[in-house]
Amino acid sequence: MTTDIRARVRAIVAEQAMVDPSDVTEDQTPADLGVDSMGLVEAIFAIEEEFDIRVPFNANEPTKSGFDISSVGAIVAAVERLVAEQKG
Amino acid sequence: MRRVVITGAGTVNALGTDVAATMEAMREGRSGIGPLDLPDADRLTIRIGAQVRGHDPAAHFDRQRIAMLDRYAQFALMAAGQAVAQAGLTFDGALADRSGVILGTSGGGLITQDDSYREVYAHGKNRVHPFVVPRLMNSAAAAQIAMAHNLMGPSFTVSSACASSNHAIAQAVQMIRTGMAPVMLTGGAEAMLCFGGVKAWEGLRVMSNDTCRPFCATRSGMVQGEGAGVFVLEERDHARARGAEILAEIAGVAMTSDAFDIVMPSQRGAERAMARALADAGLDAGDVAYVNAHGTATAANDRIESAAIGRVFGARTDGLMVSSTKSMHGHCIGATGAIELLACIMALRDGVVAPTANFVAPDPECPLDVVPNKARQARVTACLSNAFAFGGMNAVLALRAV
Repeated sequence: MTTDIRARVRAIVAEQAMVDPSDVTEDQTPADLGVDSMGLVEAIFAIEEEFDIRVPFNANEPTKSGFDISSVGAIVAAVERLVAEQKG
Repeated sequence: MRRVVITGAGTVNALGTDVAATMEAMREGRSGIGPLDLPDADRLTIRIGAQVRGHDPAAHFDRQRIAMLDRYAQFALMAAGQAVAQAGLTFDGALADRSGVILGTSGGGLITQDDSYREVYAHGKNRVHPFVVPRLMNSAAAAQIAMAHNLMGPSFTVSSACASSNHAIAQAVQMIRTGMAPVMLTGGAEAMLCFGGVKAWEGLRVMSNDTCRPFCATRSGMVQGEGAGVFVLEERDHARARGAEILAEIAGVAMTSDAFDIVMPSQRGAERAMARALADAGLDAGDVAYVNAHGTATAANDRIESAAIGRVFGARTDGLMVSSTKSMHGHCIGATGAIELLACIMALRDGVVAPTANFVAPDPECPLDVVPNKARQARVTACLSNAFAFGGMNAVLALRAV
């Protein structure tokens, strides 16, 4: 399950960054991958659709949204937590 | 060059159903933002807005007319009626022949669309009301105003998202300046507070779920509003010849495009618009005491608008009052510039500068006197009204007291 979520999140981020999923590493930030704020909003939408979850995120105060977007690994962890909370 | 003055004003918005009530709320720093009351609100993530409450179409229009009028057109007609009554004009003969109406709107009859789509898609109906098209047209409100007041000159709708009203007003000003029309009705109308209208905005993740706090360190985004603002613009000599009361002069207009990004604003585009409006009006930065900001309370707009104001006004930024009345009437999208023009008229005529409500703490990235929470008495002889839309389409109006 955890591996599955990781792969699916990485695929979504890779699609947004227009790179191969194998080129996405856990320590990269969205900015490292060339994903801007609107790209991030679209990636979060894709995550919500993929996992059928609701992601709290306000682009005006990204650090206060309770959804850690500081790196790909952080996003994976945040999605794992939301899936456990909302689908568990 | 012919000069353009305002001789009538009307409005419907969350703060009031006329100019007096709206200005009173602005003087008191009272916000019209509250819980959204609309169908399926429980399925929205964003559940606040600045709604026009208690609007009863039957109190203003008969049954036959209501069937033809989306909510946005009702607001437009109500505002236009107030403005024409104040101006004391009757349009007939040559005046009717050449006077027109240019209105701004972004969504047009969006509620009509939303309701009709719900019928055919959600409820599986195979029939919609026969007047869906004449209600939802983006030009419907302008056409209805022309019909109501016998305006037979240039009439159409301008749509540039959140700058629609200011672009519309700028067009009307230019038409009077060139002599194409002696009188123009202009402004904007919007009624986007329906399930689809809010759902679309919440997807962008730029909306606040508590309230609208422009230029505040703790700002959390936009809050949608709705309503209309309509003005009678008149060639100055025409107004003087008939002894009309002049509310203010629209001394300058400017329009620029960022040619940059569909959602992110550009500081340079905003600077160019403000500087050109000043130049068009023959004003120096030092003449201007007040700027009615675009001030959406998004992180990006307020930071970039503050920087742009700092660049245009330079050393004059100290002592300049800048407020965003969106903190009170919400972001009325295509109507917002028209409603905000009322704050400019209040500053010029009454010497009262509307505050930025809901303000908690200054943001070092917005180093302006934002007139926090309390209206201020001040002598204002010239002011600017900013509108910076998605798509980087900017329109700034420069007003002068008379």
